[in-house]
Amino acid sequence: MDLQTIWFILVTVLFIGFFVLEGFDFGVGILLPFMGSEDNDRRTVINTIGPFWDGNEVWLITAGGAMFAAFPEWYATLFSGFYPALLLMLVALIARGVAFEFRSKHDNRTWRSFWDWCIFAGSAILALLWGVALSNFIRGVPIDSSMQYAGGFIDLLNPYALSCGLASLFIFTLHGAVFLTLKTTGELHDRAMGLARKLWAPATILSMIFAGYTYVATDLFQRLGVNPGAIPIFSVLALLSVIVMLKKNASGWAFAMTAVAIAFSTITIFLGLYPRVLVSSLNPDWSLTIYNASSSPYTLGIMTTVALVFVPLVLIYQGWSYWIFRQRLARDSKLEY
Amino acid sequence: MDTLFLARLQFALTSVFHFFFVPLTLGLSIFTAIMETAWVRTGKEKYRQLARFWGHLFLINFAVGVVTGIVMEFQFGMNWSEYARFVGDIFGVPLAIEALLAFFLESTFLGIWVFGWDRLPKALHATAIWLVALGSNLSALWILVANSFMQSPVGYHMAANGSRAEMTDFPALLFNPYVWKQFPHVVAGGLTTGGFLVIAVSAWHLMKGTRDQEAFSTSLKFGSIYAFIGTLLVTLAGHTQMQDLIRHQPMKVAAAEALWESENPASFSLFTVGNEKELRDEFAIRVPGMLSFLAYNSFNGEVKGIKALQQEYVTKYGPGNYIPSVITAYWSFRFMVGAGTLMLLAAAFALYKVIREDYSFSRLSGSLLFWSFLLPYIANSSGWILAEMGRQPWIVFGLLKTEQAVTPSSVVNAGELLLSIAVFAVVYGALTLVDVFLLKKYAAAGLHAAE
Repeated sequence: MDLQTIWFILVTVLFIGFFVLEGFDFGVGILLPFMGSEDNDRRTVINTIGPFWDGNEVWLITAGGAMFAAFPEWYATLFSGFYPALLLMLVALIARGVAFEFRSKHDNRTWRSFWDWCIFAGSAILALLWGVALSNFIRGVPIDSSMQYAGGFIDLLNPYALSCGLASLFIFTLHGAVFLTLKTTGELHDRAMGLARKLWAPATILSMIFAGYTYVATDLFQRLGVNPGAIPIFSVLALLSVIVMLKKNASGWAFAMTAVAIAFSTITIFLGLYPRVLVSSLNPDWSLTIYNASSSPYTLGIMTTVALVFVPLVLIYQGWSYWIFRQRLARDSKLEY
Repeated sequence: MDTLFLARLQFALTSVFHFFFVPLTLGLSIFTAIMETAWVRTGKEKYRQLARFWGHLFLINFAVGVVTGIVMEFQFGMNWSEYARFVGDIFGVPLAIEALLAFFLESTFLGIWVFGWDRLPKALHATAIWLVALGSNLSALWILVANSFMQSPVGYHMAANGSRAEMTDFPALLFNPYVWKQFPHVVAGGLTTGGFLVIAVSAWHLMKGTRDQEAFSTSLKFGSIYAFIGTLLVTLAGHTQMQDLIRHQPMKVAAAEALWESENPASFSLFTVGNEKELRDEFAIRVPGMLSFLAYNSFNGEVKGIKALQQEYVTKYGPGNYIPSVITAYWSFRFMVGAGTLMLLAAAFALYKVIREDYSFSRLSGSLLFWSFLLPYIANSSGWILAEMGRQPWIVFGLLKTEQAVTPSSVVNAGELLLSIAVFAVVYGALTLVDVFLLKKYAAAGLHAAE
């Protein structure tokens, strides 16, 4: 396997880490207004992700850094081309990031509901925009012969990308609801379970619409064949099984299944891309690929060593932090946020 | 409007703002860790309370540092795409390592620290905040490895088609002498920033006679030692950095000194009003020989002037203007050094009070020490303005000019840039107000508010 392919896989892994982990804290943020209006309910909900959300976000920062280091042309074309979308994303990241920290630091209703609104809107915008962004990679965007983006913001907001945005919005929200059923007790748990069961159907239907649309709007299925292989199929099966687990009150399994569905969908999209990283809608030859966008073999080699040592280490200590804070939170738990 | 100008304006806005928060993170994380270690070792309650108190201020500050840091990472691609294409092979590597080594460590263990007070054994909990401090300072190291390549490129060759610089020697990048001059300066600057906040808040409580007199006396004791050491280190590190700069970027030194003509021995400017168009002084007071002394530890030695360097660079790099904005370099240097001098005095005064075990402050001395917390912010910002503006017209010294690095206006136009500048200005303005409000509230409320 060549170094470019290794790095394509590593970037995929970083995005999976980001979507699976930050995905549920997007969901928790979106569900904040629906989990109760009392301050204590809201604090409990935020505290379920309190120790984790910041570490989860580092998966995104690392994915960005890895794209810069391993595929500088991809990073440069994507970040400059998607400028207005990324500006919106940055504002959303800023708003929800400081909101978690600031919300509880002042006891005033207007203050708290303002930051609640930031958490909700920031999380929802991000959950939606990531679907829009990722689907545009594969659908193709106007990229000219010198690797420069030649479209506008409006080119990103095509119906196909929006269908993926809606699917990702609902999938992350479902993922967050299932996470809440795992981390709460009593009334909050019951509310989360109710929300998760209600969210399952729209999340599944929107995902299927997106999958069908992918068949029409991209070359993914031409490339993977009518039988797309085990990974996409498992992704669908995992999503279908979530409702069964939820009906059995098996929250742990349901969470594992939403995680698998998200991880395998991400893999499916990257499989469909490979070896391209950004498809040009103007001319297939102008697409960015892992070969024309990559760093030198020396740089990729150094980065591979670094990643092979530190990614497992990060997984170990992040896993440990999830283990420390494995207990469910009740409404009378001691809360930090 | 010119997209290059707008992109530079936005970079200045976002990076200066980001660096309001970073140095305090570097310094206050270590200070909090010291307080908690004192608690683990002595079992005294006041140390636990102090660790929580300073940790709270750290957290309020940290949140803004993180979110503005993401903007920095994205911005290299968004506004400086041609820069990213040119140096991604090199510059991206320390950035990715920074995230993988430092940010994960910092944020994961911060979560463990904040939420782990009742769940972890004391010593393990204290270890968590030390790991946060390690993560913060490691991130400074890696971002400075990246910045040092821009200041003094090493360990690379140009690609065969000349389109980009490629890394050939990773250890050379890491052991770039420039890194090891800049890193101690930045870390010591962080200690100083943290130390002065501790001095300021402690002196305020002692002056006002609030209820936590004993704890804030202790805090002042540690804080003044910490700030004094920090200030000494930052001064020494700055001095060695200057001596290094004379070799790597003589133009930056000449601009910082408004030294138009080469001199031997070279004089140090106390006050200059210059004429940048005609490259001459309108009015200047200079100390003879002093610049040579600062540069070479000897009152003899030539320091090259702006005119001579301009000619040298034209010969070496072709026609062009290689002179940075002299007024910016000159005054940013003076603000940095001036603030540093005042910091030495303020830290020495606080230390003197502590050594005499005199914890009573008059309105005047208390207020002076309180407002001294602003000094490191002035020094930090003007230091970076000098480092980045003094390097112009280069973005990567000798390799790529800033004007070649900006995203083409066909991709990001002036309208989009104006929009993003307006958005960042509003968001950052609001963040400043909220952050100051919260810091003030928690700093004034004292120890019990952090419980």
